[in-house]
Amino acid sequence: MPVPILRQADVLVASIQAALSDQDLVQLRDDFAEQIGRHRSLGVVIDLTALDVLDSFATRTLQSIAYAARLRGANTMVVGIQPEVAFAMVQLGLSLDGVATALDLEDGLAELAIIARRRGHRVR
Amino acid sequence: MVIVFVEATIPIERDADIVTARQKGRELAAAVGFSSTEQTVIALAISEIARNIVTYAGRGKVFISRTEEGGRQGVVVVAADEGPGIADIELAMRDGYSTARSLGVGLPGTRRIMDEFQVESSVGKGTTIRMTKWLR
Repeated sequence: MPVPILRQADVLVASIQAALSDQDLVQLRDDFAEQIGRHRSLGVVIDLTALDVLDSFATRTLQSIAYAARLRGANTMVVGIQPEVAFAMVQLGLSLDGVATALDLEDGLAELAIIARRRGHRVR
Repeated sequence: MVIVFVEATIPIERDADIVTARQKGRELAAAVGFSSTEQTVIALAISEIARNIVTYAGRGKVFISRTEEGGRQGVVVVAADEGPGIADIELAMRDGYSTARSLGVGLPGTRRIMDEFQVESSVGKGTTIRMTKWLR
């Protein structure tokens, strides 16, 4: 099931559901890269609150989403990683190096607004 | 004596089947009495070995079972395929090694998070991974 992308002012928000397939993630990466240009978005938030597991493939794809978004001029914020999902990742040796994280959607949006202001944008 | 009850057999043919396998594994882990953190660890381990099937063999099966031994209970997960097999298991189990440009943490990491982990493989015939997590 493709992940819907919502637009909130200058930020694109995608809320991931539990049954996220590899194909959905790859689709999300491509959709983000395209929509960042169309909406001139300054940031991207990926909300993982409902996600059951973050495995090696998902971790790698999240990193590539963040790198691709950065090349298109937008900052990425991964939010909502649940405590047991975080614990399992650490045990397995997975990391999201180079990807900014925040506790939840609210914190993530606040963080992105700070970054955008620092870059001299007037945040809506 | 080890008793094994097979609870679910999941054919793995495409990436969406990985999600089904890990969800079944989580359900069984919950029924056996594992904490929500341990359920996630088991689901992650299933995700990694099921992905191995999709990446290297194309198709295979995951069997999820309840097990008992001397009064203790656990979950056994077997992933079997008839793919190309692993030529050098020791190398495949090494951290950071991958032939598929992945992170190379899948198999060694999965071994770390499960209590028991065995790989049997022969080139041209396939691979079977068997792993167990015991309830403490």
